[in-house]
This record gives sequence, structure tokens and C-alpha cells, in this order.
Amino acid sequence: MDLVERLFAGDKRACARLISHVENNVNGVNEDLKKIYKETGKAYVIGITGPPGSGKSTLTDKLVKLLRKEDKKIGIIAVDPTSPFTGGAILGDRVRMGDLNTDSGVFIRSMGARGHLGGLSDATSAAVTVLDAYGCEYIFLETVGVGQSEVEVMKSADTTLMVMVPGLGDDIQAIKAGVMEIGNVFAVNKSDRDGAKRTKREIDMMLDFSKKDWRPSVTLVSAIKDENVDVLLEKIFEHRDYLLESNLYHLERKANVKNEILSLVRKEIMERVINNDEKHQLLEDLSHKVALRIENPYTASEIIINELKK
Amino acid sequence: MRPIRVLVAKPGLDGHDRGAKVIARALRDAGMEVIYTGLRQTVDQIVNAAIEEDVDCIAVSILSGAHNTLLPKISEKLKEENAEDILFIGGGVIPDDDIPFLKENGVSAIFTPGTPTTVTIDYIKTNVRK
Ligand code: B12
Ligand SMILES: Nc1nc2c(ncn2[C@@H]2O[C@H](COP(=O)(O)OP(=O)(O)OP(=O)(O)O)[C@@H](O)[C@H]2O)c(=O)[nH]1
Ligand SMILES: [Mg+2]
Repeated sequence: MDLVERLFAGDKRACARLISHVENNVNGVNEDLKKIYKETGKAYVIGITGPPGSGKSTLTDKLVKLLRKEDKKIGIIAVDPTSPFTGGAILGDRVRMGDLNTDSGVFIRSMGARGHLGGLSDATSAAVTVLDAYGCEYIFLETVGVGQSEVEVMKSADTTLMVMVPGLGDDIQAIKAGVMEIGNVFAVNKSDRDGAKRTKREIDMMLDFSKKDWRPSVTLVSAIKDENVDVLLEKIFEHRDYLLESNLYHLERKANVKNEILSLVRKEIMERVINNDEKHQLLEDLSHKVALRIENPYTASEIIINELKK
Repeated sequence: MRPIRVLVAKPGLDGHDRGAKVIARALRDAGMEVIYTGLRQTVDQIVNAAIEEDVDCIAVSILSGAHNTLLPKISEKLKEENAEDILFIGGGVIPDDDIPFLKENGVSAIFTPGTPTTVTIDYIKTNVRK
């Protein structure tokens, strides 16, 4: 049996290997993805994002345990930062998901962002497709701890959960700018600590300014004590129902795949320049000239695009 | 070039995690992706994580003295799961006299205190499946 057949048969090693192929862009992986794509799209994708250490992994662990009571098959992709200097990474999200590890209905995969900005990795969309084909009914996508601009998860997830914590202080102000926009559902985790209610109030106030049709709810939870996580899961379902009842579910997925197609096009164009000796040399020569101000970047990019058209 | 993926694991009830963290950081600084699963992992948890993460190497740190029972159990489980192609190494406080037994039982190499991390890094780079 080939990898794709094994994947459809529910073979865990095949699923793991295909995700590696996706991550490493192994020759022929697109052919495999083409074969499985038709069969996918059934999984519901939940993005989990928020500041570093806010409890994203611990909360994912608890949410997944609730879904496991209904015997749903779950996939988890957890992304951590890659060192820009060495390309190495320590992927530690599994530490908080110890008991899920040996549950055969849960597949967990850690990924390094590998230089990709935006909180995910280049490979996450395709990895979601693989887990979907593997039969996962819910797929959780944990981003690297967000700072300012990591809004990408909303383009890969159906429902995005923003995990905040008490005591962020002025950071909330900073976060609200871009990242607050992306949460469909909010949790204030670590509500066993002081200040949780205040944080909830602050977030509620910010959300009141938004004029969108969907008003995200803000739920106080404690992942570590497993308090109110069931209520939070209900809020996630409410958002899912909202998407399904309006036509938004389709529209958002359409916007998401449009994004995915564009990024594939971008990647292909880059590769045609970088992996072709002649064109790469042209790029080198042009860069040399631009640095000396003999040429400018705008004409240089036109020259390369014209070269690609030939 | 794709990064080498390594699972760094602490089996059993052993709470000594400094060495595992030193190794995890050294491997990361050598450009590897290190999956760290935390303390008190069972044999099943270690092997399952290695499979899901599709790692090239399992690096187990053990200072509890239980190496002669736990490490062979990990190799057995790997065999059972048809995953013997994953390089399996160990380290920690392990007497020299026990090393031949462990090597006969599926552990490729053991790195004891005082071994420079560069030795481990080179060993992994040369011995993982290509
Ligand atoms: C610090 C320490 C502790 C700390 C641990 C803190 C922590 N979070 O890690 C504390 C105080 C908690 C502790 C407790 C105990 N300890 Co203690 N502890 C030590 C001590 C002094 C140093 C260990 C250490 O951190 N070294 C520094 C790190 C960086 O070195 P390392 O772990 O050896 O790792 C290096 C190499 O071994 C190798 N390596 C390690 N792992 C791996 C993995 C791979 C894959 C590779 C390639 C390499 C590699 O590379 C590392 C870097 O060079 C050792 C004695 C010693 N000199 O080793 C005893 C020692 C390990 N402890 C021992 C004992 C008995 C205990 C206790 C049972 C004591 C008790 N009766 O309560 C408890 C058990 C706790 C538990 N739950 O497991 C014994 C173990 C005896 C045995 N193996 O038969 C030792 C050997 C002391 C002794 N001589 O008796 N301990
Ligand atoms: N007090 C308290 N601590 C919590 C709670 N949830 C998580 N923590 C702790 O917060 C720390 C970080 O938790 P993680 O789940 O690893 O957080 P994370 O957001 O996944 O972290 P990164 O992936 O590193 O960004 C751990 O020490 C947890 O035990 C909670 O509800 N209350
Ligand atoms: Mg995490």
C-alpha cells in the first residue's frame, strides 16, 4: 500500500510521514495532496492563539478531553518558534498534553515555525488537510505565542479562540490593535488568579466598540483546575452554529482557500527564480547593480517577471 | 536542508531533568527540532510520541537507576510498532558495566556525564536514517 492508501486506512505512521513530507516539501507530495483533497473539508478547525504562556496548550488539552467523551477523533497541530539563527527549535507543547498522548483517538503533531511569520508554519494548511483525510473530526491549531501581527490563524481556522490572562496590563492595549480582531471567541484563562474579572471587563469594553455582526463572548476559565472549560466549548459551538446558519461558513472557507492558493502561487514563483541557476544568477547580478544604484529594485523585478514569462 | 527531529524524553519516575534540558538546548542550537515531552513518561507515551512526531531519533535521559528495565522496554515497543528505523540513544548516570547489556538490547549509544554535547550531536548527525 502507498502512503495515501495507508492514510485513508487510518495508519498513524503514514499520517505522520505525510505531514513530514509536507513540512519538508518532499518531491511528489503535491501529487499525494491532490489525491486526498477531495475527501477532506469535513473536519472543523479551531485555532488557539494568545500571548506566550497564556495556557493555550493546557486549555487545548482540556477541550480535547471533553470532545473525547463524545468519542470524536481529534488532531492537534502545535506550532512553536524556530530559532532564526540556528534553524533549531524546542517544541514543548506536548508537555501539557501528556494524557492525550496514548489516546488512540488523538493525533498530536508539533511543528517549528521554520522562519514563517504569522504564528503558523508554511506547512500548517496542508498538515490540516492530511489530518482531515486521516479522519479527524476536530483539528486544533495552536499558534506560537502572539505578539502584534500574528493574525494568520484566522485564515486557517473556522473558529479562532483567543486565550488571554489576567495581569497583562497595558499589553492588552497593544494586543488589541491587530490581534484582538481575530478572536471569534475569547477566554480569560488562569481565572484562579487575581484580576481575571477586570481583564474580562477590559476585553468586553474593547469588543463593544466593534461593529461586526458577531459579538465574541468572553469566558472566564481555569485550564489547570478544569473550571468552566465546558462553557467555553459551548461558546465555540455557538460560533460554529452561527457560521453554519449564515452563509459565512462557505464564504470564509472560500476566502481561506483563496489565500492558500495565492501563497502557493507566490511560493512557486519564488522557487522558479531561486531554484533555476540562470535566473538565480540574474537575481544575483541585479542585486549587485541595485546595491550600487546602477539599477533600481522596481525595474529589476520587472526584468525577472519578464524572464519568467518566457 | 530539512532539520533532524529528535524526541527528548524522561521515562519512569525520574525527576532529574537538568541533563535532558541541557541536551535539548544543545540539539536545538545545532539546528535540530527537539520535541520535549516532560517528566514521567511511560514507554507507550514515548514510543507513541516518537511515531506521531515522525522523529529521526529518540534521546532518553535517565538518572534513576532504572535504565536496565526501562530502556529495553522502549526498544521492544519500537519493534512491536515497526519503528526500529528510529535511532535510539540514551544518557545520564549509567554505570559503564551496564552499557554492553543496553547495546545488546536495542540502544545504539549511551552518553554519560562529562561527555561533551558535540559528541552527541555528531553521533546523531552521522547515524540517523538518511
Ligand atoms: C541535581 C541532583 C538532584 C536534584 C535534581 C534537580 C533536577 N530538577 O534535575 C534533586 C535534589 C531534586 C535530586 C533528587 C534525587 N536524587 Co539526585 N542527583 C542530582 C545530582 C547531584 C546531579 C544531577 C544533575 O543535574 N547533573 C547535571 C546534569 C546537566 O548532568 P546529567 O543529568 O548527568 O546530564 C549530562 C549527562 O549525563 C548526559 N545526559 C543526560 N541525559 C542524557 C540524555 C541523552 C539522550 C544524552 C545523549 C546525554 C544525556 O549529558 C548531560 C550533559 O553533560 C546527581 C549526582 C551526579 N553527580 O550526577 C544526583 C543523583 C542523580 N541523584 C540520585 C538520587 C538517588 C536522588 C533521589 C532519589 C534522592 C532521594 N533519596 O530523595 C532524588 C530523586 C528525585 C526524583 N524524583 O527522581 C542518585 C541516583 C542514583 C542512581 N542512579 O542509582 C545520584 C546519581 C546521586 C548519587 N550518587 O547517589 N537529585
Ligand atoms: N494558575 C494557572 N496556571 C495555568 C493555567 N493554565 C495554564 N497554566 C500554566 O501556565 C503555564 C503555561 O501554560 P501552557 O499551556 O504551556 O501555555 P501556552 O500558551 O501553551 O504557552 P506557549 O505555547 O509557550 O506560548 C504552565 O505553567 C501552566 O501550568 C490556569 O488556568 N491557571
Ligand atoms: Mg503551548
